[in-house]
Amino acid sequence: MTRRVRLWILAVGGAGLAALLVAACLELPGFGGTSHPYGDRAVRASLARRTANTIASINFDQRAFDTLGEMSILFASVLGTVVLLRQTRDERRAKPEPAYVALPVRRYALIVLPVALLTGLYVIAHGQLSPGGGFQGGVVAATALHLLYLGADYRALERIRPVGLYEVGDALAASAYLVTGLAGLIGGAAFLANTLLPYGTFNTLSSGGTVPLLNAAIGMEVACAVVVLLARFLDQAVEIEQEGGT
Amino acid sequence: MDDPLIVVTLLLVAACATAAVAVRDPERQALVLAVLGTTLAVLFTVLQAPDVALSQLAVGSALTPLLLLLSVRKVRRRGRKKDKAR
Repeated sequence: MTRRVRLWILAVGGAGLAALLVAACLELPGFGGTSHPYGDRAVRASLARRTANTIASINFDQRAFDTLGEMSILFASVLGTVVLLRQTRDERRAKPEPAYVALPVRRYALIVLPVALLTGLYVIAHGQLSPGGGFQGGVVAATALHLLYLGADYRALERIRPVGLYEVGDALAASAYLVTGLAGLIGGAAFLANTLLPYGTFNTLSSGGTVPLLNAAIGMEVACAVVVLLARFLDQAVEIEQEGGT
Repeated sequence: MDDPLIVVTLLLVAACATAAVAVRDPERQALVLAVLGTTLAVLFTVLQAPDVALSQLAVGSALTPLLLLLSVRKVRRRGRKKDKAR
Protein backbone atom coordinates (compact mmCIF):
# COMPACT_ATOMS: atom_id res chain seq x y z
CA MET A 1 0.00 0.00 0.00
CA THR A 2 1.56 3.26 -1.04
CA ARG A 3 1.45 6.46 0.95
CA ARG A 4 -1.03 7.94 -1.53
CA VAL A 5 -3.55 5.11 -1.15
CA ARG A 6 -3.27 5.25 2.63
CA LEU A 7 -3.93 9.00 2.63
CA TRP A 8 -6.97 8.46 0.41
CA ILE A 9 -8.38 5.83 2.74
CA LEU A 10 -7.80 8.16 5.70
CA ALA A 11 -9.51 11.03 3.87
CA VAL A 12 -12.56 8.88 2.98
CA GLY A 13 -12.85 7.58 6.55
CA GLY A 14 -12.45 11.05 8.03
CA ALA A 15 -15.03 12.56 5.66
CA GLY A 16 -17.51 9.78 6.49
CA LEU A 17 -17.04 10.30 10.24
CA ALA A 18 -17.42 14.08 9.86
CA ALA A 19 -20.62 13.68 7.80
CA LEU A 20 -22.12 11.28 10.38
CA LEU A 21 -21.18 13.60 13.27
CA VAL A 22 -22.74 16.63 11.57
CA ALA A 23 -25.89 14.61 10.78
CA ALA A 24 -26.10 13.49 14.43
CA CYS A 25 -25.56 17.04 15.74
CA LEU A 26 -28.36 18.41 13.54
CA GLU A 27 -30.82 16.09 15.31
CA LEU A 28 -29.73 17.15 18.82
CA PRO A 29 -32.27 18.95 21.02
CA GLY A 30 -31.58 22.65 21.61
CA PHE A 31 -29.09 23.86 24.23
CA GLY A 32 -30.60 24.08 27.74
CA GLY A 33 -34.13 22.98 26.84
CA THR A 34 -36.75 21.75 29.29
CA SER A 35 -37.22 18.23 27.92
CA HIS A 36 -34.93 15.69 29.63
CA PRO A 37 -36.41 12.22 29.07
CA TYR A 38 -33.43 10.34 30.50
CA GLY A 39 -33.01 12.75 33.43
CA ASP A 40 -36.67 12.43 34.44
CA ARG A 41 -36.50 8.63 34.45
CA ALA A 42 -33.19 8.58 36.35
CA VAL A 43 -34.53 10.95 39.03
CA ARG A 44 -37.70 8.86 39.41
CA ALA A 45 -35.66 5.65 39.78
CA SER A 46 -33.26 7.21 42.31
CA LEU A 47 -36.13 8.65 44.41
CA ALA A 48 -37.80 5.24 44.42
CA ARG A 49 -34.61 3.85 46.03
CA ARG A 50 -34.41 6.86 48.41
CA THR A 51 -31.07 8.09 47.09
CA ALA A 52 -30.90 11.89 47.34
CA ASN A 53 -28.06 12.39 44.83
CA THR A 54 -29.29 11.07 41.49
CA ILE A 55 -25.73 10.98 40.10
CA ALA A 56 -24.73 8.60 42.92
CA SER A 57 -27.80 6.49 42.17
CA ILE A 58 -26.77 6.29 38.50
CA ASN A 59 -23.14 5.51 39.33
CA PHE A 60 -23.67 2.93 42.06
CA ASP A 61 -27.15 1.54 41.40
CA GLN A 62 -28.55 2.01 37.90
CA ARG A 63 -25.15 1.81 36.18
CA ALA A 64 -23.11 0.08 38.88
CA PHE A 65 -21.61 -2.31 36.34
CA ASP A 66 -20.15 0.63 34.37
CA THR A 67 -18.53 1.89 37.56
CA LEU A 68 -17.00 -1.55 38.09
CA GLY A 69 -15.42 -1.19 34.63
CA GLU A 70 -14.11 2.30 35.40
CA MET A 71 -12.67 1.11 38.69
CA SER A 72 -10.93 -1.76 36.91
CA ILE A 73 -9.42 0.71 34.42
CA LEU A 74 -7.95 2.80 37.26
CA PHE A 75 -6.74 -0.34 39.05
CA ALA A 76 -5.08 -1.71 35.90
CA SER A 77 -3.44 1.60 35.02
CA VAL A 78 -2.00 1.99 38.52
CA LEU A 79 -0.76 -1.59 38.32
CA GLY A 80 0.91 -0.76 34.99
CA THR A 81 2.53 2.36 36.49
CA VAL A 82 3.89 0.36 39.42
CA VAL A 83 5.47 -2.15 37.01
CA LEU A 84 6.84 0.49 34.63
CA LEU A 85 8.29 2.82 37.28
CA ARG A 86 9.92 0.15 39.43
CA GLN A 87 13.57 0.39 40.38
CA THR A 88 15.58 -1.38 37.67
CA ARG A 89 18.94 -3.08 38.04
CA ASP A 90 21.02 -0.13 36.83
CA GLU A 91 19.34 2.30 39.19
CA ARG A 92 20.01 3.02 42.83
CA ARG A 93 18.21 4.82 45.59
CA ALA A 94 19.70 8.10 46.79
CA LYS A 95 18.69 9.34 50.21
CA PRO A 96 16.67 12.51 49.67
CA GLU A 97 18.14 15.44 51.55
CA PRO A 98 15.96 17.66 53.73
CA ALA A 99 15.07 20.72 51.73
CA TYR A 100 14.52 24.28 52.89
CA VAL A 101 10.84 25.30 52.87
CA ALA A 102 9.81 28.94 53.01
CA LEU A 103 7.92 29.65 56.24
CA PRO A 104 4.64 30.88 54.65
CA VAL A 105 4.52 27.76 52.44
CA ARG A 106 5.11 25.50 55.43
CA ARG A 107 2.49 27.28 57.51
CA TYR A 108 -0.08 27.24 54.69
CA ALA A 109 0.47 23.56 53.86
CA LEU A 110 0.24 22.43 57.47
CA ILE A 111 -2.96 24.44 58.09
CA VAL A 112 -4.65 23.34 54.86
CA LEU A 113 -3.67 19.63 55.12
CA PRO A 114 -6.19 18.59 57.83
CA VAL A 115 -8.91 20.76 56.27
CA ALA A 116 -8.38 19.22 52.82
CA LEU A 117 -8.20 15.69 54.22
CA LEU A 118 -11.43 16.21 56.16
CA THR A 119 -13.09 17.71 53.06
CA GLY A 120 -12.12 14.63 51.06
CA LEU A 121 -13.51 12.26 53.68
CA TYR A 122 -16.69 14.37 53.95
CA VAL A 123 -17.20 14.26 50.19
CA ILE A 124 -16.79 10.46 50.20
CA ALA A 125 -19.17 9.98 53.14
CA HIS A 126 -21.87 12.23 51.68
CA GLY A 127 -21.60 10.90 48.12
CA GLN A 128 -25.16 9.58 48.09
CA LEU A 129 -26.58 12.84 49.52
CA SER A 130 -24.78 15.78 47.95
CA PRO A 131 -22.59 16.39 44.86
CA GLY A 132 -19.39 14.40 44.95
CA GLY A 133 -18.77 10.82 45.92
CA GLY A 134 -16.10 8.20 46.21
CA PHE A 135 -14.08 9.23 43.19
CA GLN A 136 -13.94 12.97 43.87
CA GLY A 137 -13.42 12.61 47.62
CA GLY A 138 -10.79 9.91 47.11
CA VAL A 139 -8.70 12.14 44.86
CA VAL A 140 -9.05 15.10 47.26
CA ALA A 141 -8.04 13.02 50.31
CA ALA A 142 -5.08 11.43 48.50
CA THR A 143 -3.71 14.71 47.14
CA ALA A 144 -4.25 16.36 50.54
CA LEU A 145 -1.72 13.94 52.09
CA HIS A 146 0.91 15.23 49.67
CA LEU A 147 0.68 18.74 51.12
CA LEU A 148 3.07 17.28 53.70
CA TYR A 149 5.67 17.01 50.92
CA LEU A 150 5.22 20.73 50.23
CA GLY A 151 5.11 21.77 53.86
CA ALA A 152 7.77 19.53 55.37
CA ASP A 153 9.87 17.20 53.20
CA TYR A 154 9.85 13.85 51.46
CA ARG A 155 10.89 11.85 54.51
CA ALA A 156 7.97 13.21 56.56
CA LEU A 157 5.62 12.13 53.78
CA GLU A 158 7.17 8.67 53.63
CA ARG A 159 6.66 8.21 57.35
CA ILE A 160 2.88 8.72 57.20
CA ARG A 161 2.52 6.88 53.92
CA PRO A 162 3.60 3.23 53.98
CA VAL A 163 3.00 2.42 50.29
CA GLY A 164 2.57 -1.30 50.94
CA LEU A 165 -0.47 -0.69 53.12
CA TYR A 166 -2.07 1.49 50.44
CA GLU A 167 -1.44 -1.17 47.81
CA VAL A 168 -3.24 -3.70 50.02
CA GLY A 169 -6.03 -1.18 50.62
CA ASP A 170 -6.42 -0.63 46.89
CA ALA A 171 -6.85 -4.36 46.23
CA LEU A 172 -9.15 -4.80 49.25
CA ALA A 173 -11.44 -1.97 48.16
CA ALA A 174 -11.62 -3.30 44.60
CA SER A 175 -12.58 -6.75 45.90
CA ALA A 176 -15.09 -5.19 48.32
CA TYR A 177 -16.91 -3.74 45.32
CA LEU A 178 -16.90 -7.14 43.61
CA VAL A 179 -18.06 -8.94 46.77
CA THR A 180 -20.96 -6.50 47.22
CA GLY A 181 -21.92 -7.21 43.61
CA LEU A 182 -21.73 -10.95 44.18
CA ALA A 183 -23.85 -10.60 47.32
CA GLY A 184 -26.49 -9.01 45.10
CA LEU A 185 -26.23 -12.00 42.76
CA ILE A 186 -26.52 -14.59 45.54
CA GLY A 187 -29.02 -12.93 47.87
CA GLY A 188 -30.93 -10.79 45.41
CA ALA A 189 -31.79 -10.75 41.75
CA ALA A 190 -28.64 -9.99 39.72
CA PHE A 191 -24.98 -8.99 39.92
CA LEU A 192 -24.72 -5.60 41.69
CA ALA A 193 -28.53 -5.46 42.07
CA ASN A 194 -29.57 -3.04 44.81
CA THR A 195 -32.30 -5.22 46.32
CA LEU A 196 -30.54 -6.74 49.32
CA LEU A 197 -30.41 -3.97 51.92
CA PRO A 198 -33.29 -1.82 53.20
CA TYR A 199 -33.41 1.55 51.46
CA GLY A 200 -33.66 3.44 54.77
CA THR A 201 -34.86 7.00 55.33
CA PHE A 202 -34.49 9.48 52.49
CA ASN A 203 -31.56 11.91 52.82
CA THR A 204 -29.66 10.20 55.63
CA LEU A 205 -26.13 8.76 55.56
CA SER A 206 -27.42 5.17 55.45
CA SER A 207 -30.13 5.65 52.81
CA GLY A 208 -30.02 4.04 49.37
CA GLY A 209 -29.34 0.35 50.07
CA THR A 210 -25.95 -0.70 48.68
CA VAL A 211 -25.19 2.78 47.26
CA PRO A 212 -23.24 4.01 50.35
CA LEU A 213 -21.30 0.73 50.52
CA LEU A 214 -20.23 0.81 46.87
CA ASN A 215 -19.51 4.53 47.20
CA ALA A 216 -17.23 3.91 50.18
CA ALA A 217 -15.46 1.08 48.34
CA ILE A 218 -14.81 3.37 45.36
CA GLY A 219 -13.61 6.14 47.70
CA MET A 220 -11.08 3.84 49.34
CA GLU A 221 -9.99 2.37 46.01
CA VAL A 222 -9.43 5.76 44.38
CA ALA A 223 -7.67 7.26 47.41
CA CYS A 224 -5.29 4.29 47.68
CA ALA A 225 -4.74 4.16 43.91
CA VAL A 226 -3.84 7.87 43.71
CA VAL A 227 -1.48 7.57 46.70
CA VAL A 228 0.31 4.60 45.10
CA LEU A 229 0.44 6.36 41.72
CA LEU A 230 1.92 9.55 43.20
CA ALA A 231 4.33 7.49 45.34
CA ARG A 232 5.77 5.87 42.19
CA PHE A 233 6.15 9.23 40.47
CA LEU A 234 7.71 10.79 43.60
CA ASP A 235 10.11 7.84 43.90
CA GLN A 236 11.29 8.46 40.36
CA ALA A 237 11.50 12.23 40.77
CA VAL A 238 13.20 12.33 44.17
CA GLU A 239 14.89 9.05 45.08
CA ILE A 240 15.77 6.78 42.18
CA GLU A 241 18.92 7.66 40.26
CA GLN A 242 20.55 5.99 37.32
CA GLU A 243 23.94 4.51 38.10
CA GLY A 244 27.12 5.83 36.48
CA GLY A 245 25.31 8.80 34.96
CA THR A 246 24.42 6.98 31.76
CA MET B 1 -26.92 29.82 24.89
CA ASP B 2 -28.43 33.19 25.84
CA ASP B 3 -27.13 33.21 29.41
CA PRO B 4 -24.25 35.74 29.58
CA LEU B 5 -22.62 33.79 32.43
CA ILE B 6 -22.28 30.69 30.23
CA VAL B 7 -20.84 32.73 27.36
CA VAL B 8 -18.28 34.39 29.66
CA THR B 9 -17.12 31.08 31.18
CA LEU B 10 -16.94 29.45 27.73
CA LEU B 11 -14.73 32.32 26.53
CA LEU B 12 -12.57 31.98 29.67
CA VAL B 13 -12.11 28.27 29.01
CA ALA B 14 -11.20 28.95 25.38
CA ALA B 15 -8.66 31.61 26.43
CA CYS B 16 -7.06 29.32 29.04
CA ALA B 17 -6.92 26.37 26.63
CA THR B 18 -5.24 28.53 23.99
CA ALA B 19 -2.75 29.76 26.59
CA ALA B 20 -2.00 26.16 27.63
CA VAL B 21 -1.11 25.34 24.02
CA ALA B 22 0.82 28.57 23.43
CA VAL B 23 3.07 28.25 26.51
CA ARG B 24 6.06 26.11 25.54
CA ASP B 25 7.84 25.61 28.86
CA PRO B 26 6.46 22.39 30.45
CA GLU B 27 6.64 23.73 34.01
CA ARG B 28 4.57 26.80 33.18
CA GLN B 29 2.32 24.64 31.03
CA ALA B 30 1.47 22.52 34.09
CA LEU B 31 0.45 25.67 35.98
CA VAL B 32 -1.66 26.96 33.08
CA LEU B 33 -3.24 23.49 32.92
CA ALA B 34 -4.21 23.85 36.60
CA VAL B 35 -5.86 27.21 35.83
CA LEU B 36 -7.62 25.63 32.84
CA GLY B 37 -8.89 22.86 35.13
CA THR B 38 -10.33 25.45 37.51
CA THR B 39 -12.09 27.39 34.72
CA LEU B 40 -13.52 24.12 33.38
CA ALA B 41 -14.81 23.35 36.89
CA VAL B 42 -16.49 26.78 36.93
CA LEU B 43 -18.04 26.04 33.52
CA PHE B 44 -19.43 22.70 34.74
CA THR B 45 -20.85 24.38 37.85
CA VAL B 46 -22.52 27.05 35.70
CA LEU B 47 -23.98 24.26 33.54
CA GLN B 48 -25.41 22.67 36.74
CA ALA B 49 -23.12 19.64 36.84
CA PRO B 50 -21.47 19.97 40.28
CA ASP B 51 -20.41 16.29 40.37
CA VAL B 52 -18.36 16.64 37.20
CA ALA B 53 -17.04 19.99 38.42
CA LEU B 54 -15.71 18.36 41.59
CA SER B 55 -13.96 15.61 39.61
CA GLN B 56 -12.51 18.22 37.27
CA LEU B 57 -11.29 20.32 40.19
CA ALA B 58 -9.63 17.36 41.92
CA VAL B 59 -8.10 15.70 38.86
CA GLY B 60 -7.63 18.56 36.39
CA SER B 61 -6.26 21.23 38.68
CA ALA B 62 -4.44 19.18 41.32
CA LEU B 63 -3.50 15.68 40.21
CA THR B 64 -2.56 16.14 36.53
CA PRO B 65 -0.31 19.21 37.06
CA LEU B 66 1.37 17.43 39.98
CA LEU B 67 2.13 14.34 37.87
CA LEU B 68 3.40 16.59 35.05
CA LEU B 69 5.69 18.56 37.38
CA LEU B 70 7.11 15.35 38.88
CA SER B 71 7.81 13.97 35.38
CA VAL B 72 9.51 17.23 34.35
CA ARG B 73 11.66 17.11 37.48
CA LYS B 74 12.72 13.53 36.74
CA VAL B 75 13.65 14.35 33.13
CA ARG B 76 15.54 17.52 34.15
CA ARG B 77 17.48 15.66 36.84
CA ARG B 78 18.56 12.99 34.40
CA GLY B 79 19.71 15.69 31.93
CA ARG B 80 21.73 17.45 34.61
CA LYS B 81 23.45 14.19 35.57
CA LYS B 82 24.41 13.51 31.98
CA ASP B 83 25.95 16.96 31.65
CA LYS B 84 28.04 16.34 34.77
CA ALA B 85 29.29 12.99 33.47
CA ARG B 86 30.58 14.49 30.24
